[in-house]
Amino acid sequence: MSPALETVGLEKRFGGLTAASGISLRLAHGARHALIGPNGAGKTTLINLLTGVLSPTAGRILLDGRDITATPRHRRARDGLSRTFQVNQLFPGMTPLETVHLAILERERRGGRWWQSAGSDTALVDEAEALLGRFGLETVMTEPAGILPYGYQRLLEIALALAARPTVLLLDEPAAGVPESERDRVLALITELPREVSVLLVEHDMDLVFSFAERISVLVAGAILTEGTPSEVAADERVRAAYLGEDGNG
Amino acid sequence: MSTATARDFFRRRTAWRPLEFVFWLAAFASVLVFPSRLLLVNDVAILGLFAISLDLILGFAGILSLGHAAFFGIGAYAAGLVALDLAGDPFLGLAAGGLAAGVVGLATSFLILRGSDLTRLMITIGVASIFLEIANRAEFTGGANGLSGIAIGPLVGFFPFDLYGRTAAILSLSVTFFLFLLARRLIFSPFGQSLRALKENRLRAGAIGVPTHARIVAIYTVAAIYAGIAGALLAVTTQFVSLDVLAFRRSAEVLLVLVLGGAGWLYGGLIGALVLKVLQDQVADLTEQYWEFWLGLVLVVIVLVGRDRIARLWRLPRVLLR
Amino acid sequence: MLTILFDGVAYGMVLFILAVGLSVTLGLMNFINLAHGSFAMAGGYIAVLLVNRLGIPFLAALPLVFLAAALLGVVAERVLYVHVYRKSHLDQVLFSIGLVFMSVAAVDYFMGSQQQFIELPETLRRRHQILGIALGGYRAFIIVACGALAVLLELVLSRTRFGMKLRAGVDNATVACGLGINVNRVFALTFAAGSGLAGLGGALGAEFLGLDPTFPLKFLVYFLIVVAVGGTTTLLGPFVAALILGVADVAGKYYVPAAGGFIIYTVMVAILLWRPHGLFGEAR
Repeated sequence: MSPALETVGLEKRFGGLTAASGISLRLAHGARHALIGPNGAGKTTLINLLTGVLSPTAGRILLDGRDITATPRHRRARDGLSRTFQVNQLFPGMTPLETVHLAILERERRGGRWWQSAGSDTALVDEAEALLGRFGLETVMTEPAGILPYGYQRLLEIALALAARPTVLLLDEPAAGVPESERDRVLALITELPREVSVLLVEHDMDLVFSFAERISVLVAGAILTEGTPSEVAADERVRAAYLGEDGNG
Repeated sequence: MSTATARDFFRRRTAWRPLEFVFWLAAFASVLVFPSRLLLVNDVAILGLFAISLDLILGFAGILSLGHAAFFGIGAYAAGLVALDLAGDPFLGLAAGGLAAGVVGLATSFLILRGSDLTRLMITIGVASIFLEIANRAEFTGGANGLSGIAIGPLVGFFPFDLYGRTAAILSLSVTFFLFLLARRLIFSPFGQSLRALKENRLRAGAIGVPTHARIVAIYTVAAIYAGIAGALLAVTTQFVSLDVLAFRRSAEVLLVLVLGGAGWLYGGLIGALVLKVLQDQVADLTEQYWEFWLGLVLVVIVLVGRDRIARLWRLPRVLLR
Repeated sequence: MLTILFDGVAYGMVLFILAVGLSVTLGLMNFINLAHGSFAMAGGYIAVLLVNRLGIPFLAALPLVFLAAALLGVVAERVLYVHVYRKSHLDQVLFSIGLVFMSVAAVDYFMGSQQQFIELPETLRRRHQILGIALGGYRAFIIVACGALAVLLELVLSRTRFGMKLRAGVDNATVACGLGINVNRVFALTFAAGSGLAGLGGALGAEFLGLDPTFPLKFLVYFLIVVAVGGTTTLLGPFVAALILGVADVAGKYYVPAAGGFIIYTVMVAILLWRPHGLFGEAR
């Protein structure tokens, strides 16, 4: 059985700079996989490559065995690959309800319907509301996203990625900028994710990483340094050396 | 929170406000109330439709265009040529205008998909300039003199287009209203939602599965059709097509109109058109060049004062109407 | 054929001088100034007044035109433009179009709508025979003068401290500010210089571009082409773009007069499709 997500020799060069070299990563089904590495290692670049924001100079990406290297961004999302952004990427003028509802509509291939009223399929509206409720956003669901406090925006960011019912979820530093008090909530939400969703988590917060991950890959200077269980990685001298001078958060 | 809240939200958004009924009743009533100003009513309806067409791409999809007159002009010329060479049926003219503009809109839509705002600006100006050049030099468009001698038959066989402009006004108002209804439907549909999303954050829209390019092509084509029909209305109701239907001035004017009334809520274009045409009518005795000066001044003032401050003027009507 | 090339190069040189201010303004402040042509028009009309009405010799009038247009630029920038820098591109477009309309209407009112001609000195009007090719004296003058100006600009940009600050600001205004460069002042001076150059170009080009109140709008597309195709990060980019445009336009009008400006617009659209950030530009 093919992995949920796999890269084969993925490479990205910007002129003389190699942001990713020979990355071969496998995300098993139902995985709780974390990707760590010092700043500038290329973690977000990798996520951008996986989601199609950047196109690789070499290598392949396979989603559940299917080659998606040339698949356009929006189709990857429809195929079940979802991501969150390190810096919130929301629609400031739209309410959380509309935002999440839109993602659900697109998932159901209804986004292109111009003759129907947006809220006419009440089942989908209910689903959006329920999803927001799970994230504790039901009280603000009709406020424009742009005026919500940062913590709420971050939760919406994650909720939005989940609205598509992805098979593979890429979380890019979900706890970034989230106040201490809210971090537990974020961790709880991530841990509660169903096993049908295979998760790749990029994080700096080591507490979060070690309480969540079952497998960790370490990315340094655009290449995978090592990979293994949390205890294996924690014990690896090279990993410590790579992080020398870096303060792990938490 | 009960489930009713979420469903209510969507229901409330799409429901017709009372003031909307008043607006359209007043619009049609103007034909009876101002029997001597029907040419003006006609002008307002046409400009309003043209402004709605620009709103579809600017207000709802965030595409900055200074060449929208291209579609207006193509629609006008298509309608005029069909009347001259085929038959003078008004609806045939409208259909021809919409179709011709739509085809060109579809063909040029992929030009505006990539690049910065400046690139888009350039390309839209460039495309409009190309068509202006063609119309200026080609024989079949009448060159600098435009198309004249267009004879339009009576509407549905009964209502002739006379100098009083009654048939013209009613036709333009009806067509504008009908297309407004369609646009309104489109705005509140899932498609319209996805447009809003890609306007606010194209990156994220793509990430949640919105096929951004396809949607932009679609709305650009629809906007072109609308503009083409507006141009065709002008040709059909005035029975003349002048070269300035393709002029840069026209693209700038419709942008001003939309900005005056506020982009992004359909009624903005209509209200802006009303304000501009009424003002223009009131100062009609001033010469052409004065008008251009005041147009420019209004634009400068709007920007300096701040479009958002002006938008606040419209907040009450916006809530009531939208 | 060589005459066409010669004429085209002259045309291109003037276009470069006209458009270079716009390119730098856009690169430095990310400001779309569609009213750039108005400063060119102003320069042209000031030249008409100085030379035709006041009898000042053409060559002596040119520096005065530059200064006058630059002064106009300074005033416009401090009084009007400064309020619009932070606004959206739509606002900048609306604002600058408004200025164009106002300037066009004002010039039409005060000077009339007919085309204006500047009285050129006898020496420049003669045609010369060099190597068997008929070369217009004025065109030759243009090429030499604009060429010298272009070299001067490049020297200022690469050898002076001001030029260094300007390049830093274009590259990254935020960092430049952080380094202590007064980006706003650099911009004000650059805007003034750019307007001055535009005015100078308007005076130089009046002879063969045609000077009338429709000038800013008529040539707006050309300026934008030079900037969009040439990019905003170098001087060479707009220079090459302007030359290509000048030669293409002159050649096009000679060989295919029926097409008119059609070819230019089509070429521009094609280039922008291929390279949305211009032939020389980078994605910003």
